[in-house]
Amino acid sequence: MAGNNGKGPSGLRVIGKPFRKVDATAKCTGETKYADDIVFPRMLHAKLFRSSVPHARILSLDTSQAENYPGVKAVLTGKDLPKAYGAMPVSEDEHALAIEKVRMVGEPVAAVAAVDEDVATEALDLIKVEYELLPTITSIQSALEHPEPRVHDHGEFGNIHRRQVYEFGDVEAGFAEADFIREDLTFYEGSTHLALEQHASVAHFSHDGKLTLYTSTQDLHYLHKALVKVLGLPASHIHVIATPNGGGFGGKCDPFQHEMAVSKLAMITGRPVKICLTREEVFYCHRGRHPALMSTKTGFKKDGSITAMHHRTILDGGAYGGLGVASAFYTGTFQTTTYKMPRFKCEAVRVFTNKAPCGPKRGNGTPQPRFAQEVQMDKIAVQLGLDPAKMRKRHLVPPDSTLANWIRVGSMGLGKCIDKVVEGSRWSERFRKLPYGKGIGLACSGYMTGAQTPIYWNNMPHSGVQLKLDRGGGVTVYCGSAEIGQGSDSILAYIVAEVLGIDPFDIRVVTADTDLTPVDLGSYSSRVTLMTGNAAIQAAERAKDLLRQAVAEKLEVPADRLVFDDRRVFDTENPEKSQTFIEAVWLAETKFGTLGTVGSYKPPAGKGKFKGSGIGPSPAFSYTAAVAEVEVNPETGVVVVPRIWVAHDVGQCINPVLVMGQVEGSIYMGLGEALMEEMSYRGNRNVVHKFPSFLEYKSPTTMEMCDIVTYLIEDRDSNGPFGAKEAGQGPQLPVAPAIANAIFDAVGVRIDEVPITPDKVLKAIRDKAKGLEGRYGPTKFTYPSEMPAPIFVPTPFEGGDGKPVERQPVLAHA
Amino acid sequence: MKAVKATKEARPEKAHIRFRVNGEPVEVAFSPHKTLLEVLREDLGLTGTKHGCELGECGCCAVLVDSRPVLSCLVLGAAMEGHEIATVEGMADGTKLHPLQAAFADLGAAQCGYCTPGMLLTAKALLERVSRPSRDQIKAALSGNICRCTGYIKIYEAVELAAAWMAGEQAEAPKESVYGRQ
Repeated sequence: MAGNNGKGPSGLRVIGKPFRKVDATAKCTGETKYADDIVFPRMLHAKLFRSSVPHARILSLDTSQAENYPGVKAVLTGKDLPKAYGAMPVSEDEHALAIEKVRMVGEPVAAVAAVDEDVATEALDLIKVEYELLPTITSIQSALEHPEPRVHDHGEFGNIHRRQVYEFGDVEAGFAEADFIREDLTFYEGSTHLALEQHASVAHFSHDGKLTLYTSTQDLHYLHKALVKVLGLPASHIHVIATPNGGGFGGKCDPFQHEMAVSKLAMITGRPVKICLTREEVFYCHRGRHPALMSTKTGFKKDGSITAMHHRTILDGGAYGGLGVASAFYTGTFQTTTYKMPRFKCEAVRVFTNKAPCGPKRGNGTPQPRFAQEVQMDKIAVQLGLDPAKMRKRHLVPPDSTLANWIRVGSMGLGKCIDKVVEGSRWSERFRKLPYGKGIGLACSGYMTGAQTPIYWNNMPHSGVQLKLDRGGGVTVYCGSAEIGQGSDSILAYIVAEVLGIDPFDIRVVTADTDLTPVDLGSYSSRVTLMTGNAAIQAAERAKDLLRQAVAEKLEVPADRLVFDDRRVFDTENPEKSQTFIEAVWLAETKFGTLGTVGSYKPPAGKGKFKGSGIGPSPAFSYTAAVAEVEVNPETGVVVVPRIWVAHDVGQCINPVLVMGQVEGSIYMGLGEALMEEMSYRGNRNVVHKFPSFLEYKSPTTMEMCDIVTYLIEDRDSNGPFGAKEAGQGPQLPVAPAIANAIFDAVGVRIDEVPITPDKVLKAIRDKAKGLEGRYGPTKFTYPSEMPAPIFVPTPFEGGDGKPVERQPVLAHA
Repeated sequence: MKAVKATKEARPEKAHIRFRVNGEPVEVAFSPHKTLLEVLREDLGLTGTKHGCELGECGCCAVLVDSRPVLSCLVLGAAMEGHEIATVEGMADGTKLHPLQAAFADLGAAQCGYCTPGMLLTAKALLERVSRPSRDQIKAALSGNICRCTGYIKIYEAVELAAAWMAGEQAEAPKESVYGRQ
């Protein structure tokens, strides 16, 4: 195990303790500088002129009046930044400012820099644009029915962006072995991150030709690469600093138009330029949850064991690719991680529509299929007359196993999680026994701790850490990770302090700066604690080696007898024989010269050897079980969730209070998606967002938020730093299905669609009273007429080697 | 173009007001359409006050005006003549954190930290009114402050912990809040 993990948690001084975050005090005193808090002398302000139409060719664009408006210093249009970019190399279909065509309401068309925000805003009114309107693609259905006009030319065909089909083992053979087969349709509505901080950036172009960009981004390294491409400057002349993000949740992962535009404006004007988006503009940036229509066909035996699953998803991608190809992949990867599933087939189709682009929101592509799967598990339990908790627990994936889709699972604490929430919620006394209108429901999930594959192909580390030891006994940690509120800066301090036997407060953390810090790929896919943590352990162990050698020489004891603790280095056999940490640094610097060490981390290679096998595998999987309690008013359909019990297997808490915060925050975000949050567009061809505002995009306030009873399960994983796994995304996954299952327990209706709003519940209750099915959800699964043949990979259970095979035509299934 | 230039030149004269900010007298001149939020952030450099919507919807920009929580994005700076404003920068007593600040920091109630200043000041006003508020009173007081990170739980617990400290108790956060339920 990495770190001194082999020793287990005992003897750890810092890891597992609730130390204050390194940035907590600054955040509570107003000292933390977010991007919009940065001010420079002579700074200009930028505004973007955005499309008012959803789909159109730009016939003419006249910015001359704006250019001549007093106080305006520069105006940009698409031709000034003609290079396309995008978060993933497979779909670089974005431009900083629209070229020839606009594809959504809110798409930036021109940018203005002026002496102040008011002047820039006034100048926008002077920009004249003439559009030739094109028919709009408004939904999944409309994208499938209308191949023309194409939103993009680069998709597979029509308005189909991507199709992916994988089959692991022969699912038809699996269905043949089943006692029962059921196919359920579900729909999961899109939602947005709604981070409190509106995206902001400040660019400065020095007179020697170097650009500095301060910006609220989660992924500064990928942004840096995109800036190189779009601005045409060498990477070494672009300096990106990710300011502390006022909330990310995946919404600040993509490189954004405003970041390109503000950089170019600084290059043209030679003055610092700031842009801060309005809340409405943040809704247009979006990159949130993909609306997903799903069909889940599962074969199972009388004991609830699964013989095969065939899951199909159609995702409404919105107007651009972004990270959507990854989201699409993730709709068909983690179904296998919880319950034994000998055969698995997954299909995903992502379509383009004239709406704000979807992308990675907390759980990226996995809350949708997990909702489908866990609601279906509840239906299977009902069909078989089994207790849904016991049924799930009986068929858990064993630890240290390779799954049908070649994902490797290490530690697996889901059984303990189920036990905790069952006990805490008094499940056996209450399930199916509460009065009409009250109910409880259970759901589980598994989630990755970092992706095995970087977004662009390379064999370099995913995370790097440098340490500088100074003569005053302080240690500075340099790492490219971006602090988005999750505590990534603090994790570095805790881990280095643990290894070197000093206090976290002795450590200075410098992060998220492309000039100063080694690359870390960014704050996404729950990768940061595991990857920066392992890199930090390596750097700290190397520093410790240098100190140990120098102290051993001085004290004349064998180096392996020296222990680092309490800011001292001492001989375990004779603790009186010691040096202070500062003395140790002096000795080592005398012996070796200036002290500095590095550490890096790259995830282990996956076992799959087929195209696309890099998406899904992760160094470690976290597990969660949740029980939701609901009160349903059968007269109004209003659902209240008084309490959720959640148990999360985090491997090892690096800091329990931060893990608690991640779990509670995930439950909160899941509650919002389950009950109220939706990206909702007007039903006509204009495709205008219905309510791009905080007030009308409903999210839980203190009045809607439920109580949470949290259990932290520590099933250490050998790949995690000190055994740690993720906590920031996984706990969200079971929330929506647990609530849907609880509603069935309360009033006997199935809501197979998220968000579960009162109108849907009421309709299902009334239908049931009329003797109808008592279900609200999609009834038709539409699909492209043509799907490619699956990439067929035999499973490990049937002797596969991870490579795809050509199927005999007789075995091929449509 | 002429009409446009006229608009620019027709900008009204600056408002010039005197008020008190964090206990100190302040004199400031600014465009009269500016909100208190803009005056604090842009003219006084007090960027601790945040903005998340500029429409009175999120609660980020809450400050205290004469000890009462007010959304600074909904108030004109020019209307503040003679008033006493408290922002997050003035909460600590020298280098000693206000108990609310210390409790928020200890319990991880500030994750991204962006809603924190508004939460702290709204909670401060609550504790000045109700020294030991119930959980429901805390929820009601903070119902206009949206937080997207914490699920509010750590915020409630931090307000309760600070209230205990302010009542002179040697309180600690419940073990369950820090380590989860056993």
